[in-house]
Amino acid sequence: MSFYDELKLLSREQLKLALYSIGPAEVERALVNSEGDLSSLMALLSPAAEPYIEEMAIRAAEITRQRFGTNIGMYLPLYLSNLCANDCDYCGFSMSNKLKRKFLTADELQQEMNIIKGQGFDSILLVSGEHESKVGIDYFCSMLPLVKKQFSYVAMEVQPLEEDEYRRLVNLGLDAVMLYQETYNPTTYQKHHTWGKKQDYRYRVESPERIARSGVDKIGLGVLLGLDDWRLDALLLGHHLSYLERHYWRCRYSLSLPRLRPCTGGISPQTVLTDKGLVQLICAFRLFNQQLEISLSTRESASFRDNLYGLGVTHISAGSSTEPGGYSNPKSQLDQFEINDDRSSAETVNAMLAKGFTPVWKDWQSEWVNLA
Amino acid sequence: MLTLADTQFSSRLFTGTGKFSSSKTMVGAIEASGSQLVTMAMKRLDLKAGTDDILAPLKASGVKLLPNTSGARNAQEAVFVAELSREVLGTPWIKLEIHPDPKYLMPDPIETLKAAKMLCDKGFVVLPYVHADPVLCRHLEEVGCAAVMPLGSPIGSNQGLATQTFLKIIIEQANIPVIVDAGIGAPSHAMQAMEMGASAVLVNTAIASSRDPVAMARCFKSAVAAGRDAYLAGLGITSSVAQQTSPQMPLTAFLES
Repeated sequence: MSFYDELKLLSREQLKLALYSIGPAEVERALVNSEGDLSSLMALLSPAAEPYIEEMAIRAAEITRQRFGTNIGMYLPLYLSNLCANDCDYCGFSMSNKLKRKFLTADELQQEMNIIKGQGFDSILLVSGEHESKVGIDYFCSMLPLVKKQFSYVAMEVQPLEEDEYRRLVNLGLDAVMLYQETYNPTTYQKHHTWGKKQDYRYRVESPERIARSGVDKIGLGVLLGLDDWRLDALLLGHHLSYLERHYWRCRYSLSLPRLRPCTGGISPQTVLTDKGLVQLICAFRLFNQQLEISLSTRESASFRDNLYGLGVTHISAGSSTEPGGYSNPKSQLDQFEINDDRSSAETVNAMLAKGFTPVWKDWQSEWVNLA
Repeated sequence: MLTLADTQFSSRLFTGTGKFSSSKTMVGAIEASGSQLVTMAMKRLDLKAGTDDILAPLKASGVKLLPNTSGARNAQEAVFVAELSREVLGTPWIKLEIHPDPKYLMPDPIETLKAAKMLCDKGFVVLPYVHADPVLCRHLEEVGCAAVMPLGSPIGSNQGLATQTFLKIIIEQANIPVIVDAGIGAPSHAMQAMEMGASAVLVNTAIASSRDPVAMARCFKSAVAAGRDAYLAGLGITSSVAQQTSPQMPLTAFLES
């Protein structure tokens, strides 16, 4: 049974009712019995857990310290393209947005990589809009070997692919795939994805399973916080994670918790997730899953990011550009969303060190894998 | 109800047939235990005589038989025993036991996985006896075993759940029933395994070697039922976050500013 089938068996209404009727006793119980327990996750995500935010933070900090030490993994996104054949009303890359479109040539890619490499990064996230004909599997297959020559750990955040396509990329050295569901509410999903292949909710929900079967090292899950009720979306994300861990135990999992950001032609959030809410979310997931990696992008402000390290965040980007070619030619206004923390990677790292955390630039040796 | 392959069991206590002083005591103990699945070593059956002191009374008692491959030292031998058992007893159910080490009877993980795959491919309902190794249990699930049977401590040693930490991981991760087998020496051990969320326990030596096996079987029956009920009811909290010392500077103080 795929997760899509399991999801269909869950009643959203009942889950929502349960989530909003939780009381303090259930939160207190969840605080000490949190690991792997979906009903505890529900309690920790509920409004009833808000007064317990400090207790959650203390516990989350302890667990994170025990599992990850003071390490914070450093990565940087590299935008391959802003071409897109979808219309999604929250994204700057939407097809109907009047914006200069481009995808990187091999030379441009090389220029971008030189700059990123020069800053010390060894872990890279290749991002593109969803455009199958121009920026599809063949393009990825031609670019990946160039990237793999320079970076030990290569992740991708592109359109969902077929299982054999993922396998081809894994054989070329792909280490991780980030694929965010945006929302687990099918109605809301349809409302925001008004054109293109991304409209296929089921295909997207089942993508992590195809990714897992391809033998990739890590899968990144996420929802776009603000599209729908964030508590319920986060809870269903917990169900998804739990399903994947049960069935695909060889994979590592990571979580991204992006809040909706302003972008060209974009909508405003339906439900606003406050800073406190995001802290609750991060702590709830840390208490639920000790080994889960949680990454935080430059969507969040500098001061907020600096306070989140100990609470569960394990990976950050710094000095990011969200436009294709943006490291070589910044501010060409081709970006996906506005960046909030615009410090350089060096500035970010200095602030991190001052807080007692250690940037980890290299954490992988790609020659060890895929030896067969 | 516990479902194993296509069969439902209302009792979560499985028992064995070895070490009893007489077949009458054995049947009395099995009946008192309420067990509906009883394991039996194929090597004990006298196939030439056509009748023996184990099989006939067991068949008469109406319990489901779980033949085991005890005595097999590698995958090949175990598969042979399983095929023999399917032919003679007419059941595809097999408790896979491979222990090349005669002293501690430690199950061989490599041969067990190999045999489990071969037997699952041949359509057997395979219940492998293994060390409490979470990764091995994942592999056994993937090749199609109906359950896993990790040990609590060395077989027949009555030492209880020495492998508790690993049993917890196996129970957390498994998508198939987990039956704690071997080492359960007292009703409290069985209860503990059930409280942890084990699907069932298999107990033989502790019952058979007791001064009064029938009475002991009854005790195990109560313990297993109580342990299961406790698991379902949800165990209480054993530590409290309220006792932890707070950092001098609250971790979430930045949210107020």
